[in-house]
Amino acid sequence: MGFIKGRKLVYEYKKYNEEGGIESVNRAVDGVDLDVERGDFIAILGHNGSGKSTLAKHINALLVPSGGTLYVNGKDTAKEENIWDVRQTAGMVFQNPDNQIIGTVVEEDVGFGPENMGVPTEEIWERVEESLKSVGMWKYRKASPNRLSGGQKQRVAIAGVVAMHPKCIVLDEPTAMLDPVGRKEVIRAVRALNMVEDVTVLLITHYMEEVIYADKVLVMDGGKVVMQGTPCEIFSQVEKLKGYRLDVPQVTLLAHELKKSGLPLEDGILTAEELVEALCQLRSNM
Amino acid sequence: MLKDITLGQYYPRDSVIHRLDPRTKLVGTLVFLLSLFLFRSFACCLVATLFLGAVIRASKVPFGFMVRGLRSIMVLLAITMFFNLLLTPGIPVLRIWKLTVTREGILQALFMAIRLIYLIIGSTVMTLTTTPNHLTDGMEKGLAPLNRLHVPVHEVSMMMSIALRFIPILMEETDKIMKAQMARGADFESGGLIKKAKNLVPLLVPLFVSAFRRANDLALAMEARGYRGGQGRTKMKPLIYQKRDYGAYLILAGYLVCICAAGILSPL
Amino acid sequence: MSIKIEHVSYSYGQGTAYEKKALDDISLEIPQGQFVGIIGHTGSGKSTLIQHLNGLMRASSGKIYFHGEDIYREGYDMRALRSKVGLVFQYPEHQLFEVDVFSDVCFGPRNLGLPPEEVEARAREALDQVGLGEPYYKKSPFELSGGQKRRAAIAGILAMHPEVLILDEPTAGLDPRGRDEILDQVAALQKERGMTVLLVSHSMEDVARYVERIVVMDDGRIRFDGTPKKVFAHYRELEEIGLGAPQTVYVLRGLAEKGFPVNTEATTVEEARDAILEALGRRNVC
Repeated sequence: MGFIKGRKLVYEYKKYNEEGGIESVNRAVDGVDLDVERGDFIAILGHNGSGKSTLAKHINALLVPSGGTLYVNGKDTAKEENIWDVRQTAGMVFQNPDNQIIGTVVEEDVGFGPENMGVPTEEIWERVEESLKSVGMWKYRKASPNRLSGGQKQRVAIAGVVAMHPKCIVLDEPTAMLDPVGRKEVIRAVRALNMVEDVTVLLITHYMEEVIYADKVLVMDGGKVVMQGTPCEIFSQVEKLKGYRLDVPQVTLLAHELKKSGLPLEDGILTAEELVEALCQLRSNM
Repeated sequence: MLKDITLGQYYPRDSVIHRLDPRTKLVGTLVFLLSLFLFRSFACCLVATLFLGAVIRASKVPFGFMVRGLRSIMVLLAITMFFNLLLTPGIPVLRIWKLTVTREGILQALFMAIRLIYLIIGSTVMTLTTTPNHLTDGMEKGLAPLNRLHVPVHEVSMMMSIALRFIPILMEETDKIMKAQMARGADFESGGLIKKAKNLVPLLVPLFVSAFRRANDLALAMEARGYRGGQGRTKMKPLIYQKRDYGAYLILAGYLVCICAAGILSPL
Repeated sequence: MSIKIEHVSYSYGQGTAYEKKALDDISLEIPQGQFVGIIGHTGSGKSTLIQHLNGLMRASSGKIYFHGEDIYREGYDMRALRSKVGLVFQYPEHQLFEVDVFSDVCFGPRNLGLPPEEVEARAREALDQVGLGEPYYKKSPFELSGGQKRRAAIAGILAMHPEVLILDEPTAGLDPRGRDEILDQVAALQKERGMTVLLVSHSMEDVARYVERIVVMDDGRIRFDGTPKKVFAHYRELEEIGLGAPQTVYVLRGLAEKGFPVNTEATTVEEARDAILEALGRRNVC
């Protein structure tokens, strides 16, 4: 059985009118099947309002499906008694770094999760040290979060989750409010967790460049998963992506344009190096 | 301008004062503040000054930081001094028009000013050397007996530490909103009281909306990190009195004795 | 000429241990009708600089001229300046406050003391310019999507009829389509009305596509100032200050290094495509 397994997931936001009756129902997630294996790096793409954040909140049992089932590490998230296990298994990092840091000193914030879990004091310190080191923020352990840059704050937030020893981390647009330097820092930290510590990662984003390292990409639109595949497969469908209000990395777009102009290039070129390589090959064959 | 408020702004340093148990610091601050109202003489003043000076030295926090909090009470200070100066009966020293300045008045005003200044500096030392979380930890543990009376001590202290963390953020946000509205020609300065209050609407609405949003986000983040109230929680930094705390209590007792002695021995 | 800055410096926390030079001897001239991109990472001083241009911040030293007039001259009408130099801040949430979109846009012109008919006419015109039609007039600004909020905020400034429009990170947090829509609209405004537009951003890709001039800021100073082509030629130095150039620049440079006879000046996808096709001896078939 898969690590995360969702079947026909549905989530409805209900809007109530003044009499308490249901005025309108908005299906944010609409019949999604989700299969994630241990150690996967999954990216979920979608425009604002496509339902990707709502889906993410299910994995951490912050939301419970209105219909369908979701199992995380074999536990049904809809069952009240599983909630705390599920939250420990799947940690969550949110978009706004300021609004998820509770502690006024970096190390205290990282210790917050383990404290809630009832971890003994000495072990909390060990966990804080190892998780701050894993995101490269150990030397800032005594600093006030207010004095950190956006990227650093977000790495502290990630450390806060790592300290709970989750098997999986869900990141809900962690880079949306950061500048390019901060974005790189965060993505590097996330990739390291995935590769070194074998933590399963679900990255929700709309920056296409962050997706190219994923094992699998899901594209959401209108609450449904509309595309699914490796980054290469996904980005070879430039026109289709544009239809879903998305983009492709600039290099992929350039390759696509060149192909349209008659160059026999492969689909789904993701990095500048790949494109340079392919073009050089082409030239020597000409 | 809004960033000047140092309340709740921890100044990270590694010093004896920083390492003291927050309960010790709370008691110490309380005792110091109370002692300020005991003294009426230069000798007392000297003792208090020496004590405060020694604590500031030991805390390794730059002196400038301590004084910064004073700016907010400048007006209050001036008014207090002014009235004390003019309204204290005693031996006249100076007479301007119908106003008399007395010897007692000068002394009274001076002591009042020193008291107020030391009051602020004394509490600033505590907030600069203790993380708000640590401080609320101290209160939580110190007030734990109230739990039996169904006072939600943990919840209250959690609320306080969150408030302390978000005050600087909301201050900065207030500044940004003000600027955004000023760019649209909003005027926060001129006009009468009612007009001024009305002019605040463009500032307060976005501020409240944002505060609620942050509260919502934070609640979600706390829940996601397994927070479910005080029960079953362990502490990363549990409060245990160390040797230095007993030492600090001794010094504090010594200080109390000195200041009382000074008060009795030299009444002026 | 519309804006001239001479040797402007600004320090935060003057006279304290925390003194930080946010602007360090900046001189800059922006002629009327120019579309300028101001780029720099967080803390480079770009936000501080733009707040000087409409008098929200006052330089510690140096002079600023608007239409040849010294704005620090005694008796200079700062409020009039603020309506002439319209500044849209990064977060629309910081300015939207009225019960509906239409009244919110009316706030600016009403503060100018205009008669009610004129205020409403301007609000209509401004909302029309940003593409928010009648159906949005009575909506609460808090119900809008991120992109729509951003547009309502821009309309709020446009309704004051500014001669210069400054946008601070107008695309932060938007999905790719939302980002393109906003920038296209701004570019159209700039063309149609001959408005001077300053676009503050940390996205090289965004800026390269639209602006005619790029000012790169780093550590309170101007590092580069020129056309996108000229500025991106310094891509290695840009990387050192944490910015980098659009990916297309890397592709072209990479090709040139491998002995490809390609013109490396192109900065947008279309230009790069044409340059590569030309180097391969093919005409663009499109």
